[in-house]
Amino acid sequence: MHPVVKLLAQRIALGVLLLLAASVLIFVGTEILPGDVAQSVLGQAATEQALANMRAEMGLDEPAHLRYFDWLGGVLQGDLGVALSNGRDIADAIAVRLSNTLFLAGVAAAIAVPLSILLGLLAVRFRGRWPDNLISGTTLAAISVPEFLLGYIVMYFVGVQLGWFPTVAMINDRMSLLAKLNAVALPAMVLTMVVLAHMMRMTRAAILNVMQSPYIETAELKGLAGLMVIYRHAMPNAIAPIVNVVMINLAYLVVGVVVIEVVFVYPGMGQYLVDHVSKRDVPVVQACGLIFATVYIGLNMVADIVSILANPRLRHPK
Amino acid sequence: MSDTLLDIRDLRIEATVYPPGAAPFDTTIVDDVSLSLEKGRVMGLIGESGAGKSTIGLAAMAYGRGGIRITGGEIWLGGRDLRKLGPRRLRGVRGREVTYVAQSAAAAFNPARRIMDQVIEATLHHGLASRREAEARAVDLFAKLDLPEPETFGRRYPHQVSGGQLQRAMTALALCPRPELVVFDEPTTALDVTTQIDVLAAIKDAIRDTGVAALYITHDLAVIAQVSDEIVVLKDGRVVERGETHQIIEAPREDYTRALVSVRSIEHKEKPPAGEPVLRVDDITARYPGTRFDVLKGIDVELHAGQTLAVVGESGSGKSTLARVITGLLPPRAGGIDFAGRTLAPALRGRDKQDLRELQMIYQMADVAMNPRHTVGTIIGRPLQFYFGLRGRRKAERVQELLDAIELGEGFVDRYPAELSGGQKQRVCIARALAAEPRLIICDEVTSALDPLVADGILRLLLNLQKRENVAYLFITHDIATVRAIADSIAVMYQGEVVRYGPKSEVLSPPFDAYTDLLLASVPEMKLGWLEDVLARRRMESAGH
Amino acid sequence: MIRIPPGAAIGLIVTGAFFLAALLAPWIAPYSMTEIVGDVWEPRSAEHLLGTDNLGRDLLSRMIYGARTTIFVAGMATALAFTLGTVLGFTAAVIGGWVDQLMSRGVDLLMSIPTLIFALVVLSVMPVTLPILIVVMGVLDSTRVYRLGRAVAVDINVQDFVEAARLRGEGRIWVIFREILPNALSPLVAELGLRFIFAILFISTLSFLGLGVQPPLADWGGIVRENREGIVYGIPAALVPAISIAALAISVNLVADWVLGRTTSLKGGRGV
Repeated sequence: MHPVVKLLAQRIALGVLLLLAASVLIFVGTEILPGDVAQSVLGQAATEQALANMRAEMGLDEPAHLRYFDWLGGVLQGDLGVALSNGRDIADAIAVRLSNTLFLAGVAAAIAVPLSILLGLLAVRFRGRWPDNLISGTTLAAISVPEFLLGYIVMYFVGVQLGWFPTVAMINDRMSLLAKLNAVALPAMVLTMVVLAHMMRMTRAAILNVMQSPYIETAELKGLAGLMVIYRHAMPNAIAPIVNVVMINLAYLVVGVVVIEVVFVYPGMGQYLVDHVSKRDVPVVQACGLIFATVYIGLNMVADIVSILANPRLRHPK
Repeated sequence: MSDTLLDIRDLRIEATVYPPGAAPFDTTIVDDVSLSLEKGRVMGLIGESGAGKSTIGLAAMAYGRGGIRITGGEIWLGGRDLRKLGPRRLRGVRGREVTYVAQSAAAAFNPARRIMDQVIEATLHHGLASRREAEARAVDLFAKLDLPEPETFGRRYPHQVSGGQLQRAMTALALCPRPELVVFDEPTTALDVTTQIDVLAAIKDAIRDTGVAALYITHDLAVIAQVSDEIVVLKDGRVVERGETHQIIEAPREDYTRALVSVRSIEHKEKPPAGEPVLRVDDITARYPGTRFDVLKGIDVELHAGQTLAVVGESGSGKSTLARVITGLLPPRAGGIDFAGRTLAPALRGRDKQDLRELQMIYQMADVAMNPRHTVGTIIGRPLQFYFGLRGRRKAERVQELLDAIELGEGFVDRYPAELSGGQKQRVCIARALAAEPRLIICDEVTSALDPLVADGILRLLLNLQKRENVAYLFITHDIATVRAIADSIAVMYQGEVVRYGPKSEVLSPPFDAYTDLLLASVPEMKLGWLEDVLARRRMESAGH
Repeated sequence: MIRIPPGAAIGLIVTGAFFLAALLAPWIAPYSMTEIVGDVWEPRSAEHLLGTDNLGRDLLSRMIYGARTTIFVAGMATALAFTLGTVLGFTAAVIGGWVDQLMSRGVDLLMSIPTLIFALVVLSVMPVTLPILIVVMGVLDSTRVYRLGRAVAVDINVQDFVEAARLRGEGRIWVIFREILPNALSPLVAELGLRFIFAILFISTLSFLGLGVQPPLADWGGIVRENREGIVYGIPAALVPAISIAALAISVNLVADWVLGRTTSLKGGRGV
């Protein structure tokens, strides 16, 4: 078998394994801790009888590993169970919200990815001069403020003071694309700012790393012009690290979405998750946690797969 | 002079240094250097590290690496001052009139592109030939440089060929655009000695056949004596001496050049073995855990008190593994080690304090062999305290004695390793080993990372200390000159086996086995015409078969 | 005499001021944390330097008491993460073998789920009290420290000078404390700063989501949560914590950078 195929198979198998382990972890995280779901739902004041009824109804009197396999079996068939708080089907509720979240994250990524790569290139081009310093300065500032505060700062100045975009990101299916874009303008802007700094800095580091290789000097000494050196010699080697950076930051974006949705009251997965954590609605929390973990693990796996595919040593073995 | 190709006048080069945690400052790395080279001639630039030779080589292309700036002088090439050319016209010169061969071809080739594309890139970029013509020329050059399967060689990726082959491909890359001048920057330094001679011969032939002029940069005078017509000796960014090659080699005028020429000419008469051996390695076989390949196969050697056994071989011969086995870091699969009349436990864990004390080790890279957070006093004092329980004044006195023994003297006790030069660091490591009052010191390539003159100093010190302390050395090296300078007996290793073993005079005298013959014949000698002699002899031998 | 560059000096002073304010909150805060002293969302005035909050409590006083909670929780969580992470990381590096494998794979697994999501999952069933917050944050963050500690220790462990100490016959204690630790200290101290900032951001985020510090206790994230309604009416009370969080984070960063730069220069600038 070609070594690349073997490595890819290994990496994908590892991803699946990791996902399974993560599902166990999420399940266990809500199980072995003091108090159980029935207690959480009914509160400290609940009578023993009420607790026992609730436990029986939810199947909590079965051993934990059986309930885990029940749960996992359901998840694999698309059945995420019903919410404790309102008895609705979780899969239905999540479907709409997940698409909203992906829309918001997609808009942010569509702006952030090209912009950060461009700015990263600029920072490399003007290394040590003011554009570079400006970029490092902004990065330091950006990682020093939590996402939700950045959200309110933007909301206050751009939404309230300037009044350019709505401060509450309401969205529904009947809206046109343009109306939707207008609605998510502020949250998308904040998310962009959140990942931009990291992505820019990591892109800069990735390109710099390649640009300092001796083969770049070889290319310059052949008399090639700057852009040609970057295009012919730096890009083929920088593409894998850059894709890696993008994937890692997209994974980061998916987590950032949770908080930003709460700030802008956006009807997505994040708000759904946070609401139900407060309500101690465990099945919803498990379902949302699993979906976030899947996206996160999946993106990290894609990053590794790209690195494997782009490595000439693996593609052209001895 | 109409046929002057390169004329560098009063060159001055500066660089900005960024020491961490301190303000950056400017420093001059090349000052007041002038040299001129005629068409078709080869000029050698020689000097130790920090002499500025690579910087001058790149200046011939008006190129400064990193923060390096050319701040004064003129660089005339083909009738133009490169310093006055704009970036666009300068790019027209680079890769067309002057090309460059880097020290590490493995790093200088782009790992993501095929060798052929990279070899012909400059030719195509400057519009010197069509792709078909350029490829034909590249294949020609591959053949001329003795590369295997020249027709298809270019289709491979850099990681698919060996280091020596890649270095030759780099030469093809430089010669493909038919430049006027090639800058060779230590092209054979990273290669094993038996590979070096082939690459050197290939480069020399290629230079002669194409009639190109060359700047050949190296730290090894014996190498440059084989390829250059004239030599410029550099020290600390200035020219010390220049002249025709035969004059520099045979009648150097300056003291510094004389020192370079006579380097590694330490005379050491072997001592006959006396008494019981201090170390007896008995039929050792070893492999690394998790592998299925013996890196040492039936090694059998002995070493007597106060004597030096040189273990010589190229990379991958197993010589450093032998050191790991003797120190107990890698327990052997079979065989045993007798040390000072006792049988040593195979693993480090099973050895007692006396075993450990009497068997010391010195490493190749002195700067990573010392804890950067300890002062020289701590580094040398620790074995005194650990093995002999010395403390306070008595320890301090003994540390100073040891510092005197390694010729460092006062004022070093409170310094950190980072504040020492390369030679000083290695001396401190020697003092640390001596502090244990050992019977045997294993020296693993202790001079390979040092400049030749500094290395000579270390070798002389080791010889003096041996005389005084009667300590035995197991001296691991790849360098035959070092072996000649220090050994009493020699073991030649090749692919995990000792292929030749005995007193120095016997090992280094004919008749030789095939490998030792190749090894000895490959070591460049400080003699004009040595390369031709060796090649001629090889041709005769292969014709005789 | 250590020369402190101006950036690091500012960082040290600001960080020190925050810690001092946290420590001395009851003495320097002009009002109590819970007392209602004025109207809702009063603008800045001589009596109330930062105005009042959504219930009419003095905002400056709440910020000072908030510093106390936030810095305490973040500091404890960081301390826990560091102790756990470095001890386990060093142990894994020095022992190696299956112990290392087991711990490292466990950490991989914990890190495969985003920290915030995992914290939310756990907090959905746990009572939200300060000790539980500290333990959850500390354990989750210790994975990062573990990775760094292990990587640094593995790196140093294979250096020739450590081998030289082993050949001399030195015991494990000397090797860890005299050979490895002094060289691992600078990256670890710099990481300590970063982890502390992360913990500040993390506890603020949890409190903002209503899953961290619970009222009536004040903390910076909670202050944002309480006053967020005002934003839409153009009342910037919710933005006040932004300034203090950013100021603290940047100053800690400056100090960490300086520590890292200073200690690597000792190695002769090679930054091994």
